[in-house]
Amino acid sequence: MLRRTLLRKLLTLVPAAGAFGSLIGRIAGEGLPEEYVPEEHLYGMGIQVDRCIGCARCTQACKAENEVPEEPFYVRTWVERYTIDLDNKATVRTIGDVPVGTAEPVPERERLRSFFVPKLCNQCANPPCVQVCPVEATFSTADGVILVDEERCLGCGYCIQACPYGARYLHPQTHTADKCTFCYHRVVRGLLPACVEVCPTQARVFGDLKSRSSPLIRLRRMHKTNVLKASLNTEPKVFYTDLDGEVR
Amino acid sequence: MQLRKVPDALIRISVVIAALIVAAVTTRFFLLPASLTDRDYHKKSTIEREISRRLEFAGSDVCLDCHDQGIEIRRGFHSTVSCETCHGPAQGHVDDLATKPSAPRERRFCSVCHTYDPSRPTGFPQINPVAHNPMKPCISCHDPHDPEPPETPRECRGCHAEIARTMSVSHHVLLECTTCHTAGEGHRISPRAERATKPLQREFCGKCHDEGQEGFETLKVDMGTHGGRYLCWQCHYPHLPEG
Repeated sequence: MLRRTLLRKLLTLVPAAGAFGSLIGRIAGEGLPEEYVPEEHLYGMGIQVDRCIGCARCTQACKAENEVPEEPFYVRTWVERYTIDLDNKATVRTIGDVPVGTAEPVPERERLRSFFVPKLCNQCANPPCVQVCPVEATFSTADGVILVDEERCLGCGYCIQACPYGARYLHPQTHTADKCTFCYHRVVRGLLPACVEVCPTQARVFGDLKSRSSPLIRLRRMHKTNVLKASLNTEPKVFYTDLDGEVR
Repeated sequence: MQLRKVPDALIRISVVIAALIVAAVTTRFFLLPASLTDRDYHKKSTIEREISRRLEFAGSDVCLDCHDQGIEIRRGFHSTVSCETCHGPAQGHVDDLATKPSAPRERRFCSVCHTYDPSRPTGFPQINPVAHNPMKPCISCHDPHDPEPPETPRECRGCHAEIARTMSVSHHVLLECTTCHTAGEGHRISPRAERATKPLQREFCGKCHDEGQEGFETLKVDMGTHGGRYLCWQCHYPHLPEG
């Protein structure tokens, strides 16, 4: 091929590439509901441990809303039963989808106290999972939610290992990491996450940390709150009230 | 000065290399659109994908837009329970009214929340499904939208069956609930608004358990030295004192 022909052909590719790129750019700009400015929000959750009855309706609702596999092993949110025995040893069991009154693992005489603790992704402000991802498939949005790009994720599982809260799992169909998104598609529309919507005792409270009047701000004003594994400096945005020291 | 003479071939290859570098830099920074090189593109497309997910739960506010009697219906203890907690995800019903949400009527649905479980918070209404009107659907006595008991229980064990069962194997089996507790009429209707009383004096237990007391063959302690300033039930569980 003549050099001149080659150069001419290459030159024609330039505008084509530009047009292709601008098309992609346009598609990427759409999607957010109108007047929604992510920078104006910062989402968080409050969990009142003393209100949780361990019904696991949150787990079921999450599975229905987010196409999480039915098997109990795959969960974006779950409820743990903590039983502290007389030796101050904590026994932790994740309760199944339908708990019954007989699931208590420690006999009554040896039991000091027991309670339920709902768990989910803590949407850390300083997330270890984002740090370790080799392809930047997981990231924090401007409104403080950690998302996974399932098209970019390799399924290497580093983030699943890195999460100190065990909040991630490998989705058996897509073979990518999956996790709680605070029901991002719901909250940008002003709806509550599915687990908060169905919680019958209001053990879960959802709110905007940048708003003065959100239920979460009120919860944090009225209660002494704590976060899980505060010593790791992950700065979680899920706040627990009445949190027992044995909860990890 | 042979070194000053740069070989012709070297100049040519330098020009080619320089041209390639310029081409690469131009392509990367000027020709390629930002959407292909920018990390934000991947984030944007992910956010877009997340936002476009299908809703399953419509939210109580949407339910009440049409079912405005729902505000009237939901009273009492269930007034803060979302419609979809029991009726299931209802966005399908919002999109197509022919799709009806579920209306659970079975005992096992209610018992997910109301079966006695020691890990549940104190004061949450719980029953033993084996002993509490077995086989009978809950909704035949309780209105799920306003779940007050059909008649306020006369006996304490109607609600406090777990305590009654515990007491039945303890030394305190023969004591009436009213020996130690006073429960007003209000407690039967709204148990958490008006609480039953507990003994607030050490001397109350001392009536049977102080060393000086005659007449009862019970375990005796010297109330003057035993227990300090604590009330007896702060250490001993009166429904099962030997536990």
